[in-house]
Amino acid sequence: MSAGEDTLPNSAGVPLSLRGPAPTRVIAGFGFWLFLLSDIIVFAAFFATYAVLSNSTAGGPTGVELFDKPRVFLETMCLLASSVTCGFGTIANFRKDARALYFWMGITFLLGLCFLSIEGREFASMVALGAGPSHSAFLSAFFTLVGTHGLHVSLGLIWLIVMLLQVKTLGFEPMVTRRIYCFGLFWHALDIVWIGVFTIVYLGANSGHAG
Amino acid sequence: MDMQVEAQGHAPGVDPHEQHNERGYLIGLGYALALTIASFWAATTSFVYAPAVPVLLAALAIAQMGVHLAFFFHISTAPDQTNNFLALAFGLFVSGLIIFGSILIMAHLNHHMMPPDQLMQMQR
Repeated sequence: MSAGEDTLPNSAGVPLSLRGPAPTRVIAGFGFWLFLLSDIIVFAAFFATYAVLSNSTAGGPTGVELFDKPRVFLETMCLLASSVTCGFGTIANFRKDARALYFWMGITFLLGLCFLSIEGREFASMVALGAGPSHSAFLSAFFTLVGTHGLHVSLGLIWLIVMLLQVKTLGFEPMVTRRIYCFGLFWHALDIVWIGVFTIVYLGANSGHAG
Repeated sequence: MDMQVEAQGHAPGVDPHEQHNERGYLIGLGYALALTIASFWAATTSFVYAPAVPVLLAALAIAQMGVHLAFFFHISTAPDQTNNFLALAFGLFVSGLIIFGSILIMAHLNHHMMPPDQLMQMQR
């Protein structure tokens, strides 16, 4: 990235220890990376809770009875595809190409919305069956883990709308570019968490050995 | 990416060598798709020896997380990424402690728990 703020003048040949601070984007990116890792540690606690409680069904329905694999596969595909379109959006962001950014981020938004609507319908059908979060420790842990991930996705979608509006009103200001870049990292991190969710929660349930 | 900037450290998610390039994401998508389909296949098939399925699923998931980190986050062990990589290593260390520690401790407690009916008799 050789755009204005990121270029440091006359730093070639100067020892690393004598150079000034790193460019803002490197610092912001690293700070956001630390936030994402702390968020992943929060999810680790929820995964641990789920793994411990996944067999405590209190005579209620088990995961094998409740989970529908084709539906989870569809959710996974939505999120994976949205991760790639978000990557294309990030590239458009660095190129300052507004049309490509709107296109790819629009698709990212729609795929995220698809994911949320599938998940929402799953939650609603489970609650309708009487398998709500208050039924057993297993269901409490399930709704906490998967619900927290869904909440992150919802917040990500709101963030995405705000960013598109900022591009519309402010243009590709350095701070707007930086925020969109951080949004991309956030979205990729949610996809990584989802790998854990579908492996441990949805696929682990089948072999009767979750966690 | 300017060479000068690279020497100052490297932000995660920015590909230093193939920046402005969609190819990396498509290669990542290919690997991720293959691993996801393999996971769902492993969970439903009877082809794999049943007790080995959880281990296989764990291996596939860890591999896919690695693919996402490499191709979507562009995290590597390059010298200009030391900070990012060390932070990742620490995050994984803490996550591992939380997850495996909890499972170990709770399994241990369950193992040493007296069966409920025996407990009832003692209280009588």
